[in-house]
Amino acid sequence: MTETKTSNKIGFFVRNQSIVVPIAAIFVAFFLGGILIFLQGVNPLVAYRAIFSEAWFDSDGLLRTFQKTTPLVLAGLAVTVGLRIGLFNIGAQGQLISAALASALAGIYITTLPPILHVLVSLTCGVIVGALWAGIAGLLKAYRGVHEVISTIMLNSIAIGILDYLVSNPFKEPDQALQRTKKIAETAILPNIGVIPFGFILAVIICLLVSWMLNRTTAGFRFNTVGKNKFAATYAGINMKLMVVTGMLLSGGLAGLGGAIETLGITYRFEPAFNAGLGFDGITIALLARANPLATIPAAILVGTLRAGGASLQFETGIEPEIVDVLLAITLLLVSAPILAKFLFKGKAQKSANVTSGWGN
Amino acid sequence: MLDFISENRKPIITLALVTVVAYVFYFLDEIKTTSVLVFGWGYAVPLVLAAMVGIIGERTGVVNIGIEGQMLMSAFASFFGSVITGSIYLGMVIGILAGLVMGAFLAVAAVKWEMDQIIAGVVINIVAAGLTSFFYAPGKTLPQLMPVVSIPILSDIPLIGPVFFRNGLFALATLFIVLAVNYAIFRTRWGLRSRAVGEYPSAADAAGINVLRTRMLNVTLAGALAGCAGAFLALEAAGTFARGLTAGRGFLALAIMIFGAWNPLGALAAALFFGLSTAIASQLQADEVINIPQQFVNLLPFVMTLVVLAIAVGRVRPPAAAGQPYTKEG
Repeated sequence: MTETKTSNKIGFFVRNQSIVVPIAAIFVAFFLGGILIFLQGVNPLVAYRAIFSEAWFDSDGLLRTFQKTTPLVLAGLAVTVGLRIGLFNIGAQGQLISAALASALAGIYITTLPPILHVLVSLTCGVIVGALWAGIAGLLKAYRGVHEVISTIMLNSIAIGILDYLVSNPFKEPDQALQRTKKIAETAILPNIGVIPFGFILAVIICLLVSWMLNRTTAGFRFNTVGKNKFAATYAGINMKLMVVTGMLLSGGLAGLGGAIETLGITYRFEPAFNAGLGFDGITIALLARANPLATIPAAILVGTLRAGGASLQFETGIEPEIVDVLLAITLLLVSAPILAKFLFKGKAQKSANVTSGWGN
Repeated sequence: MLDFISENRKPIITLALVTVVAYVFYFLDEIKTTSVLVFGWGYAVPLVLAAMVGIIGERTGVVNIGIEGQMLMSAFASFFGSVITGSIYLGMVIGILAGLVMGAFLAVAAVKWEMDQIIAGVVINIVAAGLTSFFYAPGKTLPQLMPVVSIPILSDIPLIGPVFFRNGLFALATLFIVLAVNYAIFRTRWGLRSRAVGEYPSAADAAGINVLRTRMLNVTLAGALAGCAGAFLALEAAGTFARGLTAGRGFLALAIMIFGAWNPLGALAAALFFGLSTAIASQLQADEVINIPQQFVNLLPFVMTLVVLAIAVGRVRPPAAAGQPYTKEG
């Protein structure tokens, strides 16, 4: 009697290991990070309390946490959608920043639109630019067999260079030392509702939509089929080229939406320093969420919390905010490498995502 | 010798053409041509070394997207190793050891754990970026400069001498490393076995080659070359370490590997092409012959990579089993 009960309990953990493993990974990462913090002569508990009390128990801090989280949800979702179709979009960064600039320009230079419409138009500009930037990688993959990991990395660097030129020359805010654009028009601003930016609500809705699309629609079924087995998908008559291009467009569009929301709802202008590294955090979030669209929300909240609290960490304890990068890197390592899963579940461990494809297909 | 020439016709013709053109320009403007070539070769060195890492890995069937992270860790280790030990030579050794460790890490993740190779590589890059930026301490300087060594006789050749044979230790070693890797892959028992493992692992296994051990060994050893590339960047090229020092070179190297058709000499030619194009663009920019913003000149290698890949992929054949984990049947 009691024996079946225990095995049921273990069974519960084994069945839900996609939740158990990331949580265990976070704890191990915090433990190892704690050792690093301790070696720098600071009590780890004090350091972690500084992060979390700043990020969650302070109304300014809470707003900042949500502001950090909002674009991260969408960046994570962008990578997630790619993973589901077997594409590894490393270029969320480039897509996000080009979209951020595009929506900023729409927010600044379109002046004749009424408030809500102006926001919608600016968001759309961002989504389109993000999608097109990723679409280049999609086309290169579909028609020339260029692996998306390489092409999106190159497109990241190219985007950074072009944007750097654009904000230091044609679109630079006049009489300003910093390289950034002017502030967007009042009509293009996405407001905050209390401590929650409106963009965050939008991001959550998009997550729900994407989850529904992947799990409940024909298009989602096609996506998953392609992601699970390309050969079976081709045999079933799915147009692979079309799927690759659509997958990249969708992924880039989501990253673009993240950039656009950040510009319109958080930073109100484009400044390259604001969104450095968001796309790469998106990779961490997607792998932490095991490519589950709904799980990107808590994963993004975690990363957003650490990013928001990391700043106060240096102020209070002198620990460099880059400790957050170390914590995230260890978490990512433990989530994506099967070490922890094998340790916890032995032979019952599930395999994680699979995105390797040859150079030529 | 004749075999060698007929097997490597394309890279040899390219190198010969480049040499002739270079001497024509040398005749026209000695100083400028030398400086362009020095810049170009300096740009090419880490790319060539990193491309060797990719070639050795893929020839054995393991895709290495983590070269960037391996280089970054090695650059970090070699720089701070030099600072702490007070000797640039110990720093070189530490950098190469760091490369070996990073290579072993990919080997374990990709071969032993059968982790998705692309994800493993990307994770290596993110982990390397995180660790190096956390432990980075600004304001440190190298205890001494990388000594410049001239190889007797060879370094007296006009143009080629000062460019290739009067250099720091890593840049000098690079040419020999390429030749050695080329020889090892195509002319030794190890190379034949490695290629068999990368092309048709089950047949190699049936012939008695230990597929997993070969892959583990090669990916780990290749890491030492990533270590050389990283140490070159920190100790020889930049003379310092900065966050994100590698700046995407690990990925450019993969494009160069493909452009060179997984052939060490081909990769050397491809890297020279990248280096010279960048050097010429910078020179033209400096001479105000062309007037495009500096940001766009800096983008050239990345755009070239996309173009080169769009043209080259599909025309060259990768090792058949690159990217596929091997599980012994039965």
